[in-house]
Formats: sequence, C-alpha cells, structure tokens
Amino acid sequence: MHGLINTALQSFTRDIYGDDAWAQVMNHADLGFSEFEAMLIYEDEQTCAVLGGLELVLRKPREEVLEDIGTYLVSNPKVESLRRLLRFGGVNFIEFLQSLDDLPGRARLAVSDLDLPVMELSEYSVEHYALTLGASSVGFGHVMLGLLRAMADDYGALVMMEYGELAAGRERIEIRLLETDFTEGRSFHLGGKAG
Amino acid sequence: MTVIEEQEFLEGASAAMDIFCPMHIFVSASGHIDHVGPTMLKLRPKEAFLGKRFFEVFDLCRPSTAATMEGLKALHGRKLHLQLRDAPRTDLKGVLVPRMRGDGIAINLSFGISIVDALAEYPLTSRDFAITDPTIEMLYLIEAKSAAMEASRSLNQRLQGAMIAAEEQAYTDTLTGLKNRRAMDHILGRLIEGEKSFALMHLDLDFFKAVNDTMGHAAGDTVLQKVARILVEETRDVDTVARVGGDEFVLIFNRLTERDELEEIARRMISRLEEPVPHDGQICRISGSIGTVISTDYEALDAVRLLSDADIALYASKHKGRACHTFYSDDLLEDGRNLAPPVGREAS
Repeated sequence: MHGLINTALQSFTRDIYGDDAWAQVMNHADLGFSEFEAMLIYEDEQTCAVLGGLELVLRKPREEVLEDIGTYLVSNPKVESLRRLLRFGGVNFIEFLQSLDDLPGRARLAVSDLDLPVMELSEYSVEHYALTLGASSVGFGHVMLGLLRAMADDYGALVMMEYGELAAGRERIEIRLLETDFTEGRSFHLGGKAG
Repeated sequence: MTVIEEQEFLEGASAAMDIFCPMHIFVSASGHIDHVGPTMLKLRPKEAFLGKRFFEVFDLCRPSTAATMEGLKALHGRKLHLQLRDAPRTDLKGVLVPRMRGDGIAINLSFGISIVDALAEYPLTSRDFAITDPTIEMLYLIEAKSAAMEASRSLNQRLQGAMIAAEEQAYTDTLTGLKNRRAMDHILGRLIEGEKSFALMHLDLDFFKAVNDTMGHAAGDTVLQKVARILVEETRDVDTVARVGGDEFVLIFNRLTERDELEEIARRMISRLEEPVPHDGQICRISGSIGTVISTDYEALDAVRLLSDADIALYASKHKGRACHTFYSDDLLEDGRNLAPPVGREAS
C-alpha cells in the first residue's frame, strides 16, 4: 500500500486522537518502526496491521474507522491539499460525482505509483447515483463513503448515502442527492495558496 | 442580408465565441474593440475595452513590429505575446484571424503560464475557462505535483539528516566524542589537497598504560575523557582533535605555523595533562609527549611523510624523558634512537 495512504492513517490518528494513540496503534501493529513515509511503498499486510491496531485503540469497528478517515481527509484543515485537489473535479457536487471515474487516473497523474481501486459512476436520474468500486485490500468503499459525505458538505449539497457489498470484493455506494445548494458550502479559489 | 439579419448573425457568433473562447476580442476595421468575451471582463471592466483602440489597451510585445491595424492583420495565425497596458500588466498569449464579416479581426487570448499570477490578481473560477481548455487540469497538476514534491522533499531532508548523523558517528570516537582516525585522515587529506598551511601534533600519553593496568579500564576511560576535554579547550574551533589510537591523539592546527605559539600550546597542554585526575577515591597521574610538524617546512606535502615525521619528533620527546615537546627537524634523524619508540614504551 502506498505510503500516502499509510501516512493518511497516521495523520488521522495523530490529529484526532493524539501522538499517544498513534504510538499505541503502532505498538499493536508491531511493525518495528513508528512512522510511515509518504513517498515509500509498504506491504498491504502492514497497512492491515495498522487498521487492526486502530480498531483496538479507538474501540471502533473497522468500517467506522475507515469512514472517519474519509471524512477527516476532506474536512480537516491540516490536510487541506487533498480537499483542494478533489474540488478541481467540478464546480458543483454533481460534476464532482461525474469526475470520480477519473479519480484513479488523476491520482496516478500526481503520484505515478499511487493505485486506487477502479471507480464507476452510474447515473439513474439527476438525483440518483451509484458509485461502484473495484476490489481493494482495505475496504476502500468505507473511506469513500466518509469522503463523499464530507465533499457533499464542502459543496453545500444535501445527500443520503448507503453502503453495500457486491460479489468479488467490490463495493457500491448509493447516492441520493436531496438538494444541491442546501448550504453555501466552503469556498474554493483556483489560485489556492497564491490568493 | 438586411442590417437586422447582419446584427443577429453577429450576436449569434459572439454568443458561440463566448462559450468556445471566453477570452476572445473582436476588433473593428477602424481598430476599435467592439466585443470582448466574458472572462476578459474579469480582468477589466467593460468600459476599459469597448470603444477603445486595440493598441490603447494592449501592448503587442512579440512580434514587436506591428503598430497599426494593417500590421496587425498581417500577423494572421501567428503566435502573439501581449500585455495589458495598465497595471496589473498581465501577460497574455494570443492568435488572430480576420473576421468573417467586415474588415476587422478576431483575437483569442489565453493566460499561458501567467495563469498562476492571474489567479492571484483576478477572481477567476473554473467557469471562466472553456470546458475544453486544459487550464483547470494544469492547475490541478501544479498543486498535486507540488504536494507530492513537498512530501518527497521532506523525506529527502530526513534521509539527509540520518545520513549526516551516520557519517558523524562514523567520524567520531564514541568514548571521547573527538574525531577518529578516519576523520583525521580525511581532514588532513583535504588540507594537503587545498595546499593549506597548518601544524600537526602527535600526542602520546605517558604512564597511561599504568593507570589502565593498576586502576582498571573505568579509570582509563575517565582519564581519556578528561584528556579529550583539555585538548578541546586548548584548541580553537577551526582546529582538529582526533583520537587515533588507545592513548594517541593527533591535533591539526589550521593556519597556525608560528613555532613560539605552538610551543606555548604544547607546554600548556602537557602541564594540564599532568593535573591529577580523581577516580573512585584514587588519583590518576599521567603526562604526555608531543611531536610537531609544520606544513610550511615542506616543499611537497604528503600525509604519510607528515605523520611519520611527527612520530620521529614524538619519539625524540619520549627519549628526552617524556612530558616534552619537540619540533621535527632532519637533525633528529642523526640520533638513530629517534627512529623507534623507547624500549619498554609499551609499559609506559
């Protein structure tokens, strides 16, 4: 699993639960080191061991931990860069949903060895969508669920989502858009850091 | 075509252009701007464009030859480099074609790489760019790549820090914190290569083995640490103090070749080495013998030669009855005894 994903788990734990919690997680995971590097590649088993540690230390089921991570990645000011990159996907939540097919490609464009599961959006009507995710070793769908919820907030859209598992490890998120302009959402300036 | 039909055609064309090329400008045959795309209006208000002469608003930087409407028309299809005349003087890329009707021109503009500055100057959003324009993707890439670069840079910095720490360890004598033999060889090599002037002292402790043998290794270690402290205190930051063997030290004095001064330093060091060191209720007493070479005494410098001459000077100090300092000179070679340490030195 790419270091970026492992450091996401790391900064999530540290920012929300503190350095001690992270030390405990790594203690449980027993990997022989205490910090991940964003630009190195790690074994999938190591990531799974950290997730196991997180379940124990945070006393939450894995699905909930993963969903919290997805939300954290978009809504925490300390990881603002990912939220900004996602916002380049579209000017409103619908355009953003329609850009998700390209998300793995966009990720690869930024970091060539960052592999995300295949994503496919089905559009049933203007307010009814479903995102199907290819198989992943860590339950990526739950992360996406938290991430989509936070992105809907970011765009000011009101949505209802439902998670489901499909055959062969694939996952599916059903999205119902109740209102596109429910709140004003957060602002997004193209020039980001410059402006 | 009636005047009204003509008018409708032009409006339709402008509306299409607004979507396809939101940064376009129409210039009439007289050289006046009569329409601008919606994104241009983010740069300046309408009044700054409409009815103004093209050359009043824009400075054509490249090609810099055209200054009239006729000259402009001749640039049909060529790459233009323009600037707005008033501040902020945003850089723009452009290309022009003759208008379909009338004798004017149509110019399409783009920010090119000045987009990053433009974003800071103007309230541009994704909607200000044609849907087919890859500017938004380019901005995404700039941000994504900078973030990735930042992560790589911080990894590199940490790796470099680890490397420096590892190198420092490899160059350090762990007991005393002084440089080790490797470090000394490296520094001496560099000084010789740079043809720098310096003095090199070889210091050998006297009676150290006795302390080690009778009072134990712990006492020996205490003495060595005390010696290291004294040597560091008696030298400057630019000098090098290295422990090159059990009780042997090499000191390199950067750009110091004055005999009087070196003599004085050596004497002071020896007298401080002789100060008794308490250890575990007992008193350790040692001294030191020193041999010194000065780089300016040689025509060609060679590390092996310098160290071996310093040895000869050191042996001479030992033969003189220890606790002495001797400068190397060829005369020392006349006394054959100076070619080897005193017999029984191992027991000293």
